[in-house]
Parts: sequence; C-alpha cells; structure tokens
Amino acid sequence: MSAPASTLTIPGAVRDALKVGLITLGLSIPILAVRTDQNLSNQIVLLPRWGLVASAVGIAIAVRLAYLLLAAVRQARGGALIGSLGVRLPAQAGTMFARAAVVFLFLYPVIALSLAGTGGAVKWIDNFGIQILIFIMLGWGLNIVVGLAGLLDLGYVAFYAVGAYTTALLGKTFGLSFWLCLPLAGILAAFWGIILGFPVLRLRGDYLAIVTLAFGEIIRLVLINWVPVTNGYAGITGIPRPSFFGVPFNASDQGFSAVFGLPFSPLYRTVFLFYLILLLALLTNWVTLRLRRLPVGRAWEALREDEIACRALGINTTSTKLTAFAIGAGFGGFAGSFFAARQGFISPESFTFMESAVILAIVVLGGMGSQVGVAIAAVLMIGGTEILRELDWMKEIFGSGFDPTQYRMLLFGLAMVLIMVWRPRGLVSTREPSIFLSERRAVSGAHVREGHG
Amino acid sequence: MSAPLLSVENVSAFYGSIQALKGVSIEVADKEIVTLIGANGAGKSTLMMTIFGQPRAREGRIVYEGRDITQLPTHEIARLRIAQSPEGRRIFPRMTVRENLQMGAEIDGGQHFEADLAKVCELFPILAKRIDQRGGTLSGGEQQMLAIGRALMSRPRLLLLDEPSLGLAPLVVRQIFEVIAELNRQGMTVFLVEQNAFHALKLAHRGYVMVSGSVTMSGTGRELLARPEVRAAYLEGGR
Repeated sequence: MSAPASTLTIPGAVRDALKVGLITLGLSIPILAVRTDQNLSNQIVLLPRWGLVASAVGIAIAVRLAYLLLAAVRQARGGALIGSLGVRLPAQAGTMFARAAVVFLFLYPVIALSLAGTGGAVKWIDNFGIQILIFIMLGWGLNIVVGLAGLLDLGYVAFYAVGAYTTALLGKTFGLSFWLCLPLAGILAAFWGIILGFPVLRLRGDYLAIVTLAFGEIIRLVLINWVPVTNGYAGITGIPRPSFFGVPFNASDQGFSAVFGLPFSPLYRTVFLFYLILLLALLTNWVTLRLRRLPVGRAWEALREDEIACRALGINTTSTKLTAFAIGAGFGGFAGSFFAARQGFISPESFTFMESAVILAIVVLGGMGSQVGVAIAAVLMIGGTEILRELDWMKEIFGSGFDPTQYRMLLFGLAMVLIMVWRPRGLVSTREPSIFLSERRAVSGAHVREGHG
Repeated sequence: MSAPLLSVENVSAFYGSIQALKGVSIEVADKEIVTLIGANGAGKSTLMMTIFGQPRAREGRIVYEGRDITQLPTHEIARLRIAQSPEGRRIFPRMTVRENLQMGAEIDGGQHFEADLAKVCELFPILAKRIDQRGGTLSGGEQQMLAIGRALMSRPRLLLLDEPSLGLAPLVVRQIFEVIAELNRQGMTVFLVEQNAFHALKLAHRGYVMVSGSVTMSGTGRELLARPEVRAAYLEGGR
C-alpha cells in the first residue's frame, strides 16, 4: 500500500480502504474462517467463524480509513498531527488541570454513586478509583527515585511488599491498629530503602537496575520461603481493617453504620478507603513538590544530570542518593500498608516483578519527573486494564471464547510502543523549573485571588 | 613569597594500575594565575581532579590554606572555597541557567544567591538573557560561561578551570580569558589547565608544563613562552 498521495479525496480513501478490506478477507479465509475441532467420536469437524472474519475485515477497513483521514488532516494543517496534539499550553494550564482533577477526585464517589447506584458504585470506586490511586501513589513514590534522582530502580515493589507485610504482621501479631501500622510501615520501608541504597551507591544506570531487580526478587523469595513468619505462598489473612477514627466498619452495634444511624452497607468502608488513599497520594505529591524546592530536591535533580559536577559543587552525593531511596521507599511502604489493610489478605503473588515493571512504566510513560504525567499514565494504564474486564460485549463479536483481559499485556506493550514513538520523553515532558522569577509572581497572585494571601 | 594557597607535594595518582601522576609538585600562591599546560593524556585533568580527591592521591599530599586536604571527600573539599569548572563543562542540561547557578550557591545555603547572581550576570551578560532557558539549549561558549559562573557562585578563593577554551571559537576564548583576568584583578586565585598554551601562558603569572604524568618545566608565563622546547611542542607544532 502506498503512502497516501497529497491529493487525497474521500471516495479515493474509501476505495483504498475497501481494497484493504478485500485483502484482509482473502487472508482471513484460510486463517480465521474455519476452526477444526473434534467431536465425541474423534472426528474432525469444521466450525465456521464468519462473524470473526467479518469483524477482522471491518476492523481493517476502519483502521485504514482512519489512517488515511488522519494523514489528510495532518497534511491540511501542514504539520505533524501528533505534534499538534502536544501543543504548548500556557504554563498555568497544568496547574488548572491538576486542580480540576483533584476536585473531580474528591467528588468521584458522589458521581459514581449517582450514576451507578449503590450496587454498581462499589466496583467503580474500588476497582477503578482505589486501584488507580494506589498506582498513582506508587508512581509518585518511584518518581522521586527514578524521575528526580535518576536512579533506575527495578525493584520498587519490594518496598510496597515491606509496607504491606509490616502492616499485616504487626496488625495480626501485636494487634496494632492500622493507624499505628501505617507510619511504622513507611519508616520500615524507608529503612529498607537505605539498606538497598548503601551497596548500590557506586552504581548507576544498567548496573543499578540489575541490582535493584535482584533486591526485589530477594524480598519476594524471602516472603515465599520464610513460612513461619510470612506463611509462604498461602499469605496472611485477617489483617485488621482501618477504622474510622476508632469506629470500625462492621455490622456490630459499635460499627460505623450503627453509630451514625445508617443502614449497614459495605459501601461506607469503600468510600472511606477511597478518601484515605486519595489523601495519602496527595500527601506524596505535596511532599515531593515541596522537596523539589528545597536543597535536597534540587540536589536530586542535579544528581540525575551529572554526578561528578554535583560533587565538585560540594553536594554530598551519598546522602543525596540515600535520601532519595529512603523517601521513595517510604511512600512505597505507605502504599503497601494501605494495600494490606484494604485487601485484608496479602500473599507474595501481589509483589512480583510485573508490579515493579508496571510502576516503572507509569513513571517512564508519564514523563520522568512530571507529577501530572505520572498521574495520567497511571489512569491510562491501570484504568485501561480494568476497563478490559468490562468488555464482555466483545464476546458477541469474537465468539464466546474471547477474553479481553488476556490481551492486557499485548495492549500494554502496544501502548508503550506508541507513546515512545509519539512522545519519547513521556506524556508530559516539560519540566517545571523549581525557581522561576516571573512564574513565582504569577503563583503568588493566584493565591491572593483565592484568599490565601 | 609567603606560604602558598595551594601546594601539591609529590603527588602520585593511579587509575587502577596505571600511574597517571608521577610525583607531581606544584604551588599556587594567593592572588596568582597559574597555568598547567601539556598534551592530551599528560595528566593535567587528572591533577585537577586529584586536588578534588577523585582519584585520591596515593602518595604525596595536597595542602590548601595550610590544611592537609589529601584525604577529604570531594564535597568537603568543595566546601573549603575551592570551586572548579570541570572539563567538558558538565552543566546540568535539563535545569535552567538560574537553577544551574543556584546549584553552585548550594554550599552556603544560597544566602548570597541574589547578589552573586547579579555579579555573574555582570561578568557574563549573555547568561542574564538566557536565565530561564534550559542549560542544554545554550551554545558551547555560553555553557562554558555558565560552568564558570556556577563555580563562582560559591564565592571561591581558588578557582580551578579545566580547559575553558575547549572547542570554542577564538573570539569566545578571548572573551573568557578576559573574564579570568578580570576575576584575578578582583583578587581571585586561578589555577588554569589548558591545551591552548599560547593564550594560557600569556595570561598566567606562572606556568607548569606536564609531560606523561610529571612536571618537566616551570617558570613565569613569559619565560615559558620564550622557551624553544615549549614553542616547538605546544605552539608551532600545534599551529
């Protein structure tokens, strides 16, 4: 197929697309049209699958048509279409978007309840809201290590695991409440961050990545094999759930519903957990943004750019790296603690290398160092994979054996390739300077307008 | 001459098993411009990095302001008001010019940041124009100015410059050397490592010539410029 000519007409595009459809039809008849199967008497039977052929042809035509039309639009604009998607917005657009997103997130449970009703809302708040927010928080935590300090960490899930197991073990063994376990989990994870940090101080790039990968695996293998403490593969059940300032979410007389005179529903806990992880994630973001303006945050970024220059400027690179590892790990630990308390059950299966890879992919796709970018990437990646569970209607087209969730990794990889082709530095590649004279005035002006000044 | 500001005494340094410095001794007095010239691979940059503790001197000692700094970690040395503009400039490319300069002022917590920023912008007016631009978008000459400016932000007593003329147009080189002379007039001690022997020797009060890890000649700038060996090796041959 030739590249679209400059004099592209709509009928021409349709003709081209139909040709593509014909070729697809020709190709799919031998490949897709019949499926061989055995019947009960071991005879081969042929099952026709014309619906599948039709949908393949339909998709091919639609994709080709969309491609041609997009190319035509691009030519009409005289520039790359994808480039025009990344138009430079005014500097305040990012802040406005972030504020709108935060407001939306605070209203999200209300919106979900009013749209999906009490029954359906739990799924939307839990599977989408909480799940995405956990990964936003993990992404922001890892962003400190990878995005700001430039230390490629492939074993971040280890700190998530440390946080989760800390909460689970302390809660079950000593009966500590979630609110006590949460800070302890963060501190312990930060401590492990330093333990990992020391041996890898001299490493960078690929070498660091391999060692951190190994560290993540070591933690997972210890969790699997240290059966007396961690219960191995079976995991830990019955982890104490978070309470509403001492009021538990259960059906008892002291429970949340009874105390507040509401009918019992598991929804309250879900909504409460949603706001909890939202606040934890916002705390992560707030701390990161503050740190970026402090000497330690600037030192992280300078370290990412040039370690030797940093030392020559009198920056202690050892403590700079260790604080990055510790603070990043600490937020991983908070997220892990929340995860354990939300699930009530954890096992080593939740802390595989795949999780590390997903978190790292969120950071890289979002644009290293960009808080908004990481959040968008987390919504796309985690939300996207959750959406696949909702695509049962596709079985009507592709047959009952079709399971959209099986294509998760395929789509995941495709999305990564596409983003890296279009936006090689991530979704949000612009870096906000931490010090900016004219900008700072604009920010203070905004504060005055909102009555903060 | 009273005790020198910096003295390097019989220093040897190694990269693994390769000896890069073979018992080098140099002295830099207060308010002096001293240059170290030599061919590629002679060990000039190694000496400058060794003063900063990377690689650490295996033999000999380095004394600054009467204090032995041989075993100090690099960042501690930088806190003694020794600043360097390293070879290849090494500015922070994704950070703005202002942030780059701010990193230079980090040593004393940036108390004098605004005043020093104004001073650096006066020395290099082009940096004022580029102040909110990313370091990586600057031209080579501007990056070199930024590297020197960043070093100046820590209010150093001794400024180490490694090949500030590297890869720059003659006009820019002259501009940078004029700034070095101006800084010296204001009382800054400068230790200049250069391949551009002619300019460096003309500017410097004294100079050292380094050949494969050892200092072979020393003298005032004028003296060295007149020496036939120097002319043959670094001036006429290089033309």
